[in-house]
Amino acid sequence: MPEIQLPASLRDVEPVRSVRTPAQLDYTFTAGDATSRFLRGITQKKIIGQQATPQSKVYVPPRGADPELGAATPIEVEVAQVGTVTSFCVVNLQFYGSGMEIPYTSALILLDGADLSIMHLIQEIPADQVRIGMRVEAVWRDDADIEPTLESIKWFRPTGEPDDVNVRIPGEKRGTGLGSWVGGVAPTELVVRNPRTGVGGTEADGGEG
Amino acid sequence: MGHERVAVVGIGQTKHEATRGDVSVAGLLREAAQRALADAEMTWTDVDAVVIGKAPDFFEGVMMPELFLADALGCTGKPMFRVHTAGSVGGSTAIVASQLISAGIHERVLTVAFEKQSESEAMWALSLPIPFTPPLHAGAGGYFAPHIRSYIRRAKAPDHIGMLVALKDRQNGLKNPYAHLHEHDISFDSIKESMMLWDPIRYAETCPSSDGACALVLGSEKVADEAKAQGRTPAWVQGTAMRSEPTLSAERDTVLPLGGALCAADVYRQAGITNPRKDVDAVEMYVPFSWFEPMWLENLGFAEPGEGWKMTEAGATAMDGDLPVNMSGGVLCTNPIGASGMLRFAEAAMQVRGTAGEHQIDGVRKAVGHAYGGGSQFFAMWVVGTEKP
Repeated sequence: MPEIQLPASLRDVEPVRSVRTPAQLDYTFTAGDATSRFLRGITQKKIIGQQATPQSKVYVPPRGADPELGAATPIEVEVAQVGTVTSFCVVNLQFYGSGMEIPYTSALILLDGADLSIMHLIQEIPADQVRIGMRVEAVWRDDADIEPTLESIKWFRPTGEPDDVNVRIPGEKRGTGLGSWVGGVAPTELVVRNPRTGVGGTEADGGEG
Repeated sequence: MGHERVAVVGIGQTKHEATRGDVSVAGLLREAAQRALADAEMTWTDVDAVVIGKAPDFFEGVMMPELFLADALGCTGKPMFRVHTAGSVGGSTAIVASQLISAGIHERVLTVAFEKQSESEAMWALSLPIPFTPPLHAGAGGYFAPHIRSYIRRAKAPDHIGMLVALKDRQNGLKNPYAHLHEHDISFDSIKESMMLWDPIRYAETCPSSDGACALVLGSEKVADEAKAQGRTPAWVQGTAMRSEPTLSAERDTVLPLGGALCAADVYRQAGITNPRKDVDAVEMYVPFSWFEPMWLENLGFAEPGEGWKMTEAGATAMDGDLPVNMSGGVLCTNPIGASGMLRFAEAAMQVRGTAGEHQIDGVRKAVGHAYGGGSQFFAMWVVGTEKP
């Protein structure tokens, strides 16, 4: 390589090894039919899940399809605005791009009547007092500030009801887990009930056991 | 798997660091690839095809980097593929490469996986705002912390287990000259006193952000037999498996995913493993946060439900235990995300070949490499051994 002659003013400067080039991406997001219907409910301060059949799981927020059935979810079901904390995390880490003040508690909340937890903020209780099984309720923004976004719920706060000490996430209902080996035996797809055929699962799930 | 036998005949990796400012992305990959080729006593021209893997492009901010890497990796005039399955990609990339040989298409395939985390911010890249949703996402730690908390509750595990895993893996990493973290002063107390980042995950129970790459040269039976005749032990691929599952299903166990157990059961069946704890000599599993060791011990059939943490506590997974786990120091010492799965697969092969140096376990005949990605929804595993399958 030819030797580069730097002007005197740059001779003692540290060589540049990298350069920071911030990237930005502006995009238009199409919510789609299922999410649009859900968000229209939010503007009415209603939380409306969707299901594929009257017996199948209620999805909140809905994605338009039930992944177990591989079917669209045309049936709308309003779920409660109270639910149970199934698990949570206290975030103490500030990072680039996050607008959240730390620490904050994000929780998985299973609303009464829904079959899938949503992630939302827990407030109005010290972080170290949040518990799995704690009953919480939605706190909405002022009516004038309600928009078609889940951020229209500011956070969830304790209801003061007794904890639901028996709350379980799906796999745990079996006391072990869907992906547990019991007695050294691997699970099979049959641990989950096939909603189309009714084969598999436990009797509690409506399966054959 | 196809019908043709496959073996690992060359292994290479970079020195992993927080910032490899001395090399470009291409230079990083070439460092690993050239070491793997040298180990296989091959040159670029011997390679029939190249399979590249990395995690999301946002992790460097370079879209489709495989396209500009083609010439640097000697792909000109040859087939080149890029694989992406989030964090499990290093494993699934090696599996795709092996399938090109097991299908009888190629004899010698180079596979390389990498991440150069210093060139962007993975924490940001993993926490992009989702429209109409509160901006609560806080990287992988924020996602996995609630699931770890669920495991602790379900398994009635005491608080110190995660810290024991971190201590073991960081101490193992001291034996690995390529590892990113060499924390000579690590102690149980220093881990316990480290900051709680995503309660219940402490700083010292979290993987680092690394720049690094890993490469493997895979060969057909003929290639591997020739290597063996020349005194270079091949690691025979005795089984490979991948599984996926939907992130948002009401019937999904996020702690012990069904897909992970089905992946393990499939790969064990191929490799003739009937009692995983007894038949497997060493395991490299994907443990980015300390608590995933006991969780995966249960998910991969090494422990009964709720018993994984007892294996860790009893020292069964230590270098001198009956099932050594993460001899290399694992993801907790080195995390170039896209390469992390391949590093697990590579370490399993090194153990079988007897080339793991200071972190070698004596007499390894069968070893498992494991990787997972996404929200615990993509799984990749292989079993390698001293015997032909």
